[in-house]
Amino acid sequence: MLDIKGLTRRFGSKTAVDKITFSVAKGEVVGFLGPNGAGKSTSMRMIAGVLEPDEGDVLLDGHSIVSNRRDAQASLGYLPEGAPLYLDMTPPEFLRFVGSARGMEKSALGGAVDRVTADARIHSVSSQTIRSLSKGYRRRVGLAAALIHDPPVLILDEPTDGLDPNQKRAVRALIARMAPQKAIVISTHTLEEVPAMCSRAIVVDQGRMIADETPEGLAALATDGGGLEAAFRDLTDQSVEAAA
Amino acid sequence: MSSLAEALRGFRATYAREIGAYFGAPIAYVFIIVFLLAIGLFTWEMAGFFETGSADLAPFFAWHPWLYMVFLPALAMRLWADERAGGTDELLLSLPVRMPGLVLGKFFAAWTVAAVALAFTLPMWITVNALGSPDNAAIALTYFMSLLMAGAYISIGAAISSLTSSQVTAFVLSVVVAFLFTVAGWPLVLSGVADVAGTGMAEAVARFSFLTHFEGAQRGVLELRAVVFFVGVIALFACLNGLWATRKRLG
Repeated sequence: MLDIKGLTRRFGSKTAVDKITFSVAKGEVVGFLGPNGAGKSTSMRMIAGVLEPDEGDVLLDGHSIVSNRRDAQASLGYLPEGAPLYLDMTPPEFLRFVGSARGMEKSALGGAVDRVTADARIHSVSSQTIRSLSKGYRRRVGLAAALIHDPPVLILDEPTDGLDPNQKRAVRALIARMAPQKAIVISTHTLEEVPAMCSRAIVVDQGRMIADETPEGLAALATDGGGLEAAFRDLTDQSVEAAA
Repeated sequence: MSSLAEALRGFRATYAREIGAYFGAPIAYVFIIVFLLAIGLFTWEMAGFFETGSADLAPFFAWHPWLYMVFLPALAMRLWADERAGGTDELLLSLPVRMPGLVLGKFFAAWTVAAVALAFTLPMWITVNALGSPDNAAIALTYFMSLLMAGAYISIGAAISSLTSSQVTAFVLSVVVAFLFTVAGWPLVLSGVADVAGTGMAEAVARFSFLTHFEGAQRGVLELRAVVFFVGVIALFACLNGLWATRKRLG
């Protein structure tokens, strides 16, 4: 579903993303982990076709994001960091805009808006403008927009960042419901979410992939048996030392 | 046909979204009301609409370039700067659409607001008909060219709006560029250019003046070169707009 091959991006002399390569199959939920500034968002923006890679390619459902961007983007639902939305619209207006910009027919649009409104549980705020919504609802509207065309691949950048525990649970439940039908990549720096949501965890640091494990396998990497958090600390500290 | 539809995918959604943003908030109404007040003030107080003694709209149309120069950048400044400030440009770039649909959707939405404002000045046309017998074909032509010129100012403003995330910066820069395009035909400017760069350069500069190209229309003359000029300016800045709005892809 999603094939990432040698994805590389430099900003000036700094290599923000360095030859990242992995594949995600249908039914997999991959946690994309790393400290702030590790290159998570840059990678996701390249996968979404928002930023051009310097080297490498991404295949979304077989379509190259470099040579066939629009077909690739048609296969992808993307939630950018911070879930940017048009604040002056109501959620249904916003969802209709995204669906129509994606080329959905009017006849299909109404059903799709109803479906994602139900999936994301945002029915109760349908008549409010997005400006008046809480962070949790806004994030769910962003998720609903990413799902409007029922894409086979989902890229979610920090979908639970800044949410309270109840909101986090709601977003996690939504992702769990979708998981069997899609290939999903979720970036996060909240490690507690990894076992709760993901079937696989990839750790990046300073632009490079330093681990690709199951959550349990990742926790087992900790030298002192301290679990996921210790493993994460060990891995990312090491590479800081190696770079220094 | 299908390739055109493909190129313009996203046009309808963008146009509808922008029209909603203009008319769903006070922006469009404030713009239209203040524009009408200003054009009324200039036409009556500054140009002496009733004192000229002739039933035509010359004192009204004479102010159009000058008012557009300030007002239309205010209308266009939010088109792209707002997307960047709110991060929604990220969303737009992730959609499987080509740039022309987005650029033209936004451009035509702003142009529509300008056209509505211009339509509200039609009572003046009716008034001169009540007062005398003006050349209505000439007035219709001037209206048409004025609308076309408004499109050129909006295209400039929209393109510059894609260079910054600050609406204020977009507005100020657009007014400066619009001012240069407007006054390029002024004798004051031309003699300055002629002193520095020679008369050949001054003539070249004059060819880019909005004032010069609007002059024929004000006399009721349809000049093909003026139509081509304004359409060309719209097209040129629409292309720049597309380039500038996608440069984020390059990082």
